[in-house]
Amino acid sequence: MTYSYVVSISRKQGLSDPEGTTTKKALNDLGFHGVTHVSYGRTISVEVEAESSEAARSQIEAMCTKLLANPVMERYTIEAAS
Amino acid sequence: MTIAVIVYPGTNCEHDIAHALNRAGTDTEMVWHRDTDLSGADGVVLPGGFAHGDYLRTGAIARFSPIMDEVVRLADAGIPILGICNGFQILTEAGLLPGGLVANRDLKFICAPTHLRVASTDSVLTRAAEVGQILELPLNSYEGNYLVDDVDSIEVEGDVILRYTNADGLINESTNPNGSMNNIAGITNSARNVAGLMPHPERASEDILGSADGMVLIEGFIASTELVDA
Repeated sequence: MTYSYVVSISRKQGLSDPEGTTTKKALNDLGFHGVTHVSYGRTISVEVEAESSEAARSQIEAMCTKLLANPVMERYTIEAAS
Repeated sequence: MTIAVIVYPGTNCEHDIAHALNRAGTDTEMVWHRDTDLSGADGVVLPGGFAHGDYLRTGAIARFSPIMDEVVRLADAGIPILGICNGFQILTEAGLLPGGLVANRDLKFICAPTHLRVASTDSVLTRAAEVGQILELPLNSYEGNYLVDDVDSIEVEGDVILRYTNADGLINESTNPNGSMNNIAGITNSARNVAGLMPHPERASEDILGSADGMVLIEGFIASTELVDA
C-alpha cells in the first residue's frame, strides 16, 4: 500500500533565521504590528510503499534524521497527508 | 605527495585550488564524487561550487556521494582534509565539522574581498600563519552564515581558526559580513586535521589576483600533508 506523508522542516528555535527575521520586519512595516515572530521552513511530500502506516512512518522518521532534516540546526514534524 | 580534489556535479572551483596547489609544488588529482578510492591521497580538498545544485540544503546530498565514505575514513585516520566554501558546507553536513551554514543575515549573495583574523594556528590550515594575522580573501557565498547549537563550547575547545574582521583587526557586528556567530569564518575539528572556511584562499593565491594572502593557508595545508607522510 502507498502512504503519503508531509514532512515540515524548520530552523531550531534560537538559531538565526534571516528569511524569517526579514519577513517579520516587512510585515511590521506594512502595518501588521502584531506580528512578533516569523520563521521559515519547507515542506516535503513523500509517498512510500509499506506494509502498514506504522512501517511507513518509521521509514519517514529515518529519512528525516538521515537526509531530509539536519539535526544540527533543524527540527521536523511528520503528518499523514489527507 | 598528492592532494585529492573532490569533484561533485556542480563543483566549480576545483581547477582554481588545483592551480594554487600545483604552483606551490604539490601534485593534485581530481577525484569524481562517484569514485570510492582515496588510498593514494596525502590530503583531500573539497572545493567550492554548488554540489548537486545545493538542493535540499547546501551539502546535504553531496555528503552521501560514494566518495564520502573514503573522506570520512581518511579524516578518522588523521589525514588533512580541507573544505572551502561549498566544501565547508559539505563537511558540516557530513558531521566532520561542528555547526552548519545558512542564508546570509542580509539575504544577499556576497561576492567581495573580506578581511579575516587568524584565531588559532592549531589546525592543518592555519599552522603556517600567526595568531592575530590579518588576511584578505574573497567571500563568494549566499549560505555563509555560520551557526552552531553551542557556540560557547567550540570557543572553549579552540575550534575557531578564522574570524571576519576589518583591516584594523576589529571583530564585532560591523565587521561581520554575513551574520556568522562570533564572526566565525573558519573552524577545525577536535582532532585538528579537518578544517573548513567560507572565503576562498585559492582566489587570493598570487599577486595577479589582487592578493596572495591565501598562500599562507595553502602552504600550511601542504605542510600538514607532508607531516602525515613523515
